[in-house]
Amino acid sequence: MTGLANTAIRPDLQLIADLIKPGTRVLDIGCADGELLDYLVKHKSVDGRGIEISQSGVNQCVARGLSVIQGDADNDLAEYPDHSFDTVILSRTLQAVRQPRSVLLELLRIGRKAIVTIPNFGQWHVRFSLLAKGRMPVTKALHRTWYNTENIHFCTILDLHDLIVQENINLLEFVPHQKDGKRLNMGLKRANMFADQALYLLEKPTG
Amino acid sequence: MTNDDVNSIRLFSDTALKLDGGAELSPVDVAYETYGTLADDASNAVLICHALTGDQYVASPHPATGKPGWWSRIIGPGKMLDTDKYFVICSNVLGSCMGTTGPASINPETDEPWGLTFPVITIRDMVRVQAALLDALGIDKLMLVIGGSMGGMQVLEWLTTYPEKLHSACILASAARHTAQNIAFHEVGRQAVMADPNWNHGRYYSAREAPAKGLSVARMTAHITYLSEDALTQKFGRNLQEREEVTFGFDADFQVESYLRHQGSTFVDRFDANSYLYITRAMDYLDIPGRFDGRLADAFMSARDVRCCVISFTSDWLYPTVENKRIVHALNAAGVPVSFAEIETAFGHDSFLLEVGEMDRMLEGFLATAGQTYSRAGDTNA
Repeated sequence: MTGLANTAIRPDLQLIADLIKPGTRVLDIGCADGELLDYLVKHKSVDGRGIEISQSGVNQCVARGLSVIQGDADNDLAEYPDHSFDTVILSRTLQAVRQPRSVLLELLRIGRKAIVTIPNFGQWHVRFSLLAKGRMPVTKALHRTWYNTENIHFCTILDLHDLIVQENINLLEFVPHQKDGKRLNMGLKRANMFADQALYLLEKPTG
Repeated sequence: MTNDDVNSIRLFSDTALKLDGGAELSPVDVAYETYGTLADDASNAVLICHALTGDQYVASPHPATGKPGWWSRIIGPGKMLDTDKYFVICSNVLGSCMGTTGPASINPETDEPWGLTFPVITIRDMVRVQAALLDALGIDKLMLVIGGSMGGMQVLEWLTTYPEKLHSACILASAARHTAQNIAFHEVGRQAVMADPNWNHGRYYSAREAPAKGLSVARMTAHITYLSEDALTQKFGRNLQEREEVTFGFDADFQVESYLRHQGSTFVDRFDANSYLYITRAMDYLDIPGRFDGRLADAFMSARDVRCCVISFTSDWLYPTVENKRIVHALNAAGVPVSFAEIETAFGHDSFLLEVGEMDRMLEGFLATAGQTYSRAGDTNA
């Protein structure tokens, strides 16, 4: 990190960027306005591609000179050949796809590694909110009401971990963190209670 | 349509053009227009590929109709494709009738118009002619090649045949192969032309009457496929044409009928019926994946350094999003850097020619960054 103001990206995106090796091939699924992808292309010289559902997001990406296609994780991954990327990023999107399990497996088919981040539905604010108010929680990380949220498969840090174990996926790194990007130095169970979000660096076991 | 004030160049005089169909053609006249000034190092060239009934008058008035250039909306000084900066070229495609060699041209061996003795051509043949034109103009690489509909098909053939000559490529509302429905509509158009007694198996050039009726019906059918139900409903609904009630006859009672008749009758003034047959045939024969055992991605394996942009439109049922996405997926699978969006419009296939805000923003972004990366690459080479 250079520390220059014009190179700063959102802190939780910086956590992802720190895991990307320079000069590699990266696919960012749900790349929004291209903030992370643009940073990776400029500062890590990656061969970066993006997928984004919104027209405004695609337009902003293209105006940055990025190669981004309008689409989504549920429908547009099947066409990519195996291992076409070194790393595939799915940032705060897994909870919004129709088929989270098959998307997760697709990430590790087209990428050698995958970085997945999720908002943690097991965080104590969320738990307390549901317990005390009896209504679906609306928090900083999950700021929409139940009827207009794009999030249709909420999971907790432990839920995703269970799926990773069940699918025999290697968990190379686990980085629980707050929405402001501050890392939390804690294990799965405590993170499940206290972290806003979590990052998983994944790899399909060989053989 | 005389050749007097048409800019044109004679190519393939020494070496004949070898066509996909096996025939050879020599010479080939190519009519073209240019806008802006070619840089000393020829590094600012942009090629525009026109659609089925388009022509080279992309940014200047059409000599026959006097109408503004068909894409003057985005091409000109200070516009999206800034002719103060870029040297923009648009040539009339092979087989057409605006000065480039086609069935209405004179066969030098017989001194008669070719008519149906003109060889059947393909989209790739059109592109071969464009490549020869660029060679003649001293341009070895294009900053951009761009086209919509059949123009997009030419861009795809540029990507398969001359990828090393491209820095960036933009494909709008197009397809890499003609579907059964595409072929079906074209066949209706061709049959309408051939059913006109004036067509006379293509030998009408010295006759008093051209097959205007048949060609105009072909155009009417085709024009419906360029619009959408929404567009027709918004524009015409069931509105009557200058009358209060239906007439219980076969006049153009409805505005939509009157509109289509007008489209048909103005078209025949500027287009040759045999050209219509040849160019629709060329489009029907387009099947790029078919040349690669059904794997379209294999067609683009040499295009990995070309920045691509593909745009489709929600209301386009002629070359719908699914066909455009096939192209995108193939480019992606081949590792070609590609951007894609499906733009929401109600105007159907013709949307690519219209002012559509989201398309313009996407194009602006793509063209600006393509231009920047090209000049940067040029700087490092220098």
